[in-house]
Amino acid sequence: MSASVASGRQLTFSAKPWREHLEEALFPPLVALLVALICGDLLILSYGQSPAAVYRLLLEGTWGNAYGFGQVLYKATTLAFTGLAVSYGLRAGLFNIGGESQLAAGGFAAALAGLALPVGAPLVIALPLCMIAAGAAGGVVGAVPGYLRTRFGAHEVITTIMLNFVVLALLNWFIAGHLHVPETLHTPEIHAGVLPRLADIDSRFHGSAANLALVVAIVVAVAVWFYLFRARGGYELRAVGLQPDAAEYGGISVGRVWMRAMTWSGVIAGVGGINYVLGYKHYYEDGFASGAGFLGIAVALVGRNHPIGVLVAAFFFATLSQGGLAIHAFVPKQMMDVLQGVVIIAVAMSVPEVTRVLRGAHRRSDA
Amino acid sequence: MSAPAVLMEGIDKSFGPVHANRGASLEVSKGEIHALVGENGAGKSTLMRILGGLMKPDAGRVEVNGHDVTGWSTNDAIAAGIGVVHQHFMLVPTLSVAENLVLGCEPKVRGIVMDYDKASDDVRKLSNDTGLVITPDRLVSDLSVGEAQRVEILKVLFRGARILVLDEPTAVLSPPEVRELWTVLRRLRDNGDTIVLITHRLDEVVELSDTITVMRAGQTVARIKTADTTPAEIARLMVGREVSLSAGKRVQPLAQPTGPRPNQGLEVRNLTVMGSRGIRVVEDVSFSVKPGEILGIAGVEGNGQTELIETLAGLRPVFAGDIVIDGVDVTRRTVAERHTAGLSHIPEDRHRRGLILEYTVADNLILGVEKLFSKHGVIDRDKVGQNALHAIQSFDIRPPNPVLAARALSGGNQQKVVVAREMGRGFSVLLASQPTRGVDVGAIEFIHQQLLDAREHGKAILLVSAELNEVLALSDRIAVMYRGKFAVVMPSAEASEEALGEYMIGAKKGNAA
Repeated sequence: MSASVASGRQLTFSAKPWREHLEEALFPPLVALLVALICGDLLILSYGQSPAAVYRLLLEGTWGNAYGFGQVLYKATTLAFTGLAVSYGLRAGLFNIGGESQLAAGGFAAALAGLALPVGAPLVIALPLCMIAAGAAGGVVGAVPGYLRTRFGAHEVITTIMLNFVVLALLNWFIAGHLHVPETLHTPEIHAGVLPRLADIDSRFHGSAANLALVVAIVVAVAVWFYLFRARGGYELRAVGLQPDAAEYGGISVGRVWMRAMTWSGVIAGVGGINYVLGYKHYYEDGFASGAGFLGIAVALVGRNHPIGVLVAAFFFATLSQGGLAIHAFVPKQMMDVLQGVVIIAVAMSVPEVTRVLRGAHRRSDA
Repeated sequence: MSAPAVLMEGIDKSFGPVHANRGASLEVSKGEIHALVGENGAGKSTLMRILGGLMKPDAGRVEVNGHDVTGWSTNDAIAAGIGVVHQHFMLVPTLSVAENLVLGCEPKVRGIVMDYDKASDDVRKLSNDTGLVITPDRLVSDLSVGEAQRVEILKVLFRGARILVLDEPTAVLSPPEVRELWTVLRRLRDNGDTIVLITHRLDEVVELSDTITVMRAGQTVARIKTADTTPAEIARLMVGREVSLSAGKRVQPLAQPTGPRPNQGLEVRNLTVMGSRGIRVVEDVSFSVKPGEILGIAGVEGNGQTELIETLAGLRPVFAGDIVIDGVDVTRRTVAERHTAGLSHIPEDRHRRGLILEYTVADNLILGVEKLFSKHGVIDRDKVGQNALHAIQSFDIRPPNPVLAARALSGGNQQKVVVAREMGRGFSVLLASQPTRGVDVGAIEFIHQQLLDAREHGKAILLVSAELNEVLALSDRIAVMYRGKFAVVMPSAEASEEALGEYMIGAKKGNAA
């Protein structure tokens, strides 16, 4: 279709104006949001409530006060980690459904590290050590499906789902059988590596769980962006995700990239464990992940697999989740789960990365 | 005089900034074979998509058999008897020929169970009527490419098509299969069917068509009777300038290859490669390509050429034998290590292997050499941009925009990106597999010149092509591959299309030196 560019030989640099790129990226999520809002209206009406009043309440309870906003930030932090983990895998053409167990394993390892460190160890030493422990644990859980895929061709969707059961059961066994504080299902409290809360910096956030893990999440998002779009490894990773045959032809070891991508995806999800363990409760509790790993899939999809998009999507899903609590007096908070589902379905239908992974490597005919 | 079968006038169609058709026209008389020719990106496919109802024109008028049908749907087009045979087969491989043909309108017993016997009979009858011989009960997955294409043609005829549009039907066929197809098309025409043939191959146009429409840059530049023209004139109309048709021209032996360092070329010894079903797809093949030499491999597709090239490139494991590139034994080496040893590779399928379609032209130009464009693991974007500008200028890649996705380029320009990349890096051995497939005349000439220049610079080149003309025109020596072996290797001075053809279909066996 080069026919129309006969005039002149000067070189043009702009393929698409950035505005067009942005529109392409934002359009599907915004339509999804609109669809969800309409569904929400109908649901609220069916409970005999006024949509306007309920939405106002929702906004007041989330962004309208510092406590609510802090809670949204806290929830968004974990979702950012798991969303980044899923999107990182998808960029390599892998669907990591194991975020749930990678997150849990990371949190568990962070708690163990925190317990092992001497009381009062300085944060600058304790935090990196706890994060390394969390990342390593998540990385191991991610590496196993990566290895199975590379070595035996076992599909990572199956293996990560199955590994979720194995890892969560193992963790439950450790906690229930060995490490718990009597009468509870959590470890003793750690005294090293505890992250400051936002409330410690700005007292208006008092009571909310938001903590400095938020900053770690943003740093990780920027790092992921840089790696994917500026580093050679990211060039190769995306090549494998888009067209494994072409990557192989170019001398990229597809298996090695898959292995590495699954491992790092697990690392990112694992580090997410610090939000709860180091930032909020200061112990590991059985079942703390409670779906955040799975919701990471939706966050990655709505965020269009872009690190910045993932941060925005994490914030959005956290708002829905916190908002559910705020409106519970008028309509059941499960309504928010329904809305989440609607958003996920609407976006999933329009995200090219998903269709590509589900359909396998695709080919397209010449124009 | 009856109304023309197809009349398209003043057709305009844009895709964003790309103006694919601007005032294009087409007039096809009833009962003729009409060739639609033009370079890649000239707007042929767009025009045919409009005719087939896949797209609506921005402006212009479409008439079929005298009725205004502008902006109709695919269902309307099918109902009116328009049948499009696509370049890429659209068959279900796990179903039989008959099942594929009746798909969507299956004959049923009492409206529930599919009536296989009736389907088979219908297909057999149609097959006899048209001369498209095929066994209805065979699985499509067992068919050869030529047979699969016959099924595609039968499929549209089965739906009652009287106006057939064939998009590059011979791109994947061997010479005997092409001849068979010609017979069938002539027979259909003599039965009163109308045929529109999209093609790049001028010899086909001249041999088969009654009338020719030439398109260039979205416009119709000529409509001529085939009898009144010559291949050279058609080529000139397509490209808009004089083109040297390489067919018939032979390379002259080189005196002494030039180069900074003696290149030792490619050496292959007793190479055997296993296929997916445990068959030896390449069996005990030995040859060498000297620096400054082009060894051409001719053969009907599917005789092991693809597997041979993929194995040499490191994309398939070696079962037995040795591969030596410029003195380095690379038999067990990875793709990347072979690059380092001096191997470059123009793959046969640019969409699957050669390009990452979503990547920009600039990013595609560093695939496989991305290490050279990065420092401490970070890609040097300035260097990538400079490299892209240089390649775009020296290879005349259009549109000249390094940040455009490779997908947005026409086939010929996509191929130029691949060729620019593979010939732009230091190499001593080049594997060129179907280097001009689906590429327009102007780009073919350009790519051929690049290959000849590389030869002059002392590169060893292994050329695989389904185009006998191409092999004959470029090679110093020619090997014919038949059932995984070299049936013959001969100096190209002694080769002719007829002689090679006999080896290609296995009618003759020679001494594979």
